[in-house]
Amino acid sequence: MNLAELNNLLNSELTSKIKESKEENGELLINVELANIYSTILFLKTDSKCKFRQLIDILAVDFPGEEDRFKIYYLLLSHENNIRIKIVSQIQIDSKVPSITKIYPSANWMEREVFDMYGIKFKNHPDLRRILTDYNFKGFPLRKDFPLTGFNEVRYSEKDKKVIYEPVKLEQNYRNFDFSSPWEGTKYIKEVKEKVKND
Amino acid sequence: MTKQKKTMNLNFGPQHPAAHGVLRLILELDGEVVEKVDPHIGLLHRGTEKLIEHKTYTQALPYFDRLDYVAPMNQEHAFALATEKLLKIEVPIRAQYLRVIFCEIGRILSHLLNITTQALDVGALTPSLWGFEERETLMTFYERASGSRLHANYFRTGGVHQDITNDLLNDIGKFSEKFPKVIDDLENLLTDNRIFKQRNVDIGIVTKEDALSHSFSGVMLRGSGVAWDLRKSQPYECYKNLDFKIPVGNNGDCYDRYLCRIEEMRESVKIIKQCLKQIPKGPIKTVDGKISPPKKEELKESMEALIHHFKLFTEGYRVPKGEVYSSVEAPKGEFGVYLISDGSNKPYRCKIRAPGFSHLQAIDYLTKGHMLADVPAVLGSLDIVFGEVDR
Repeated sequence: MNLAELNNLLNSELTSKIKESKEENGELLINVELANIYSTILFLKTDSKCKFRQLIDILAVDFPGEEDRFKIYYLLLSHENNIRIKIVSQIQIDSKVPSITKIYPSANWMEREVFDMYGIKFKNHPDLRRILTDYNFKGFPLRKDFPLTGFNEVRYSEKDKKVIYEPVKLEQNYRNFDFSSPWEGTKYIKEVKEKVKND
Repeated sequence: MTKQKKTMNLNFGPQHPAAHGVLRLILELDGEVVEKVDPHIGLLHRGTEKLIEHKTYTQALPYFDRLDYVAPMNQEHAFALATEKLLKIEVPIRAQYLRVIFCEIGRILSHLLNITTQALDVGALTPSLWGFEERETLMTFYERASGSRLHANYFRTGGVHQDITNDLLNDIGKFSEKFPKVIDDLENLLTDNRIFKQRNVDIGIVTKEDALSHSFSGVMLRGSGVAWDLRKSQPYECYKNLDFKIPVGNNGDCYDRYLCRIEEMRESVKIIKQCLKQIPKGPIKTVDGKISPPKKEELKESMEALIHHFKLFTEGYRVPKGEVYSSVEAPKGEFGVYLISDGSNKPYRCKIRAPGFSHLQAIDYLTKGHMLADVPAVLGSLDIVFGEVDR
């Protein structure tokens, strides 16, 4: 089975569930509604033709400008057909994603990681704790509005004889250079000039 | 009187020599039998993915050395492949061979470390002394190619950083002639060793089905009898021109995984030998001046080269909008990179799929019902490196 055949098969079997499917860079991406994630993945795993018996990864991406802020991706692999598939769904900041730990036990930590990094909650997850960040960590580090330097820094305090947390102090602000149009000058200078004019 | 079951909690790590890094396990024990394992990871979390979002593609590459730091170049490879897929550029043949040679060296590096430290965990000291000597030689090759023993930063989008000398190729050739003897020596010490077998045979058995549903890859999958290797099944670079076998285990226990690793080292040596025979002369990175920087000599003479140099090392190159998943068969399993580009000079999102993450996740399933002393043995055969688990 190749990608095109798989695409046809899925479009005929799951017509009502698939919003869009496209082949790009030799990979098949199908877009489904949040409510259909569980049933779509269950079908892909159990169907005798598809046999996507391995979950490769779950990842989320943050698009702060969009109405449905996050996208969640599931990467599956079928050893029998030697074929990969990606399932994507747009979700809102407060929506709860159905957990697929019942289908693939390995989804457990992957979902915990997504929760840890983005704060996306999962329904029916057996143990939704933070996984990679520190104990008592606050915030969701991979969201685009989380600063690269974070909020707290850690050091060993000779006075208290223990490791303590303090707000980050930077000697120099983090510099994010704007490369979008280097020949037209930078935006912030223009804004300042306009402000001066208005005043 | 009814017998009441009493369990004891044991805190294993975060600093423990058999944890292969900073791993904290909360073990629930019934006597000496493990009831439940709850791994606490993230003690080496450095926010690699977040950092990469703030770096240009060239600057992002060195972060991959720091993931699985015992086989750095294999990781770089996955990222380089992903950017190349998005940019739609071809890698010159010589560069492909160079990449394969160094990836296989990385595989030997990783397997040597794993086999010998696993032996150390179950009580054998000598293999690690012998193995580390060879690792030192291999890291010298890394150093001669890239200038650095561990964090190589050698691969580039579209090829490798610089060409290597014929001397180095000859020395790698000499190494590949005498290395199989070292593998034999290691096998002499371990393969039929009574203690090693007692500690590893029938420990941490994984069935075929469970290996698949727990997202295992690499040796963890092959040890359970699934013939799957990305170098064969979804070949990248010049692997399709090379002749090698994929060792597959039967029982899925720690001992079979050890045997698989030994055989894989032999196959890697074979691959290196073939590469040395087949490697042609030619360019080592793409000739597209918008992606690969000019030679230093050209800078003094060519204005265009100077401009390209300046632009590439300040702004970097832009990668067309799109998203791509690319994976390589790293020594530990399938190492993948999911790269999303928004058309700028920095990745919008770069998700790293580390094989060790899903392997470690299964530790509860693997050690349930085993003795406490088997936990380090299983952990050793999982081949965990915290750089990639915690990212």
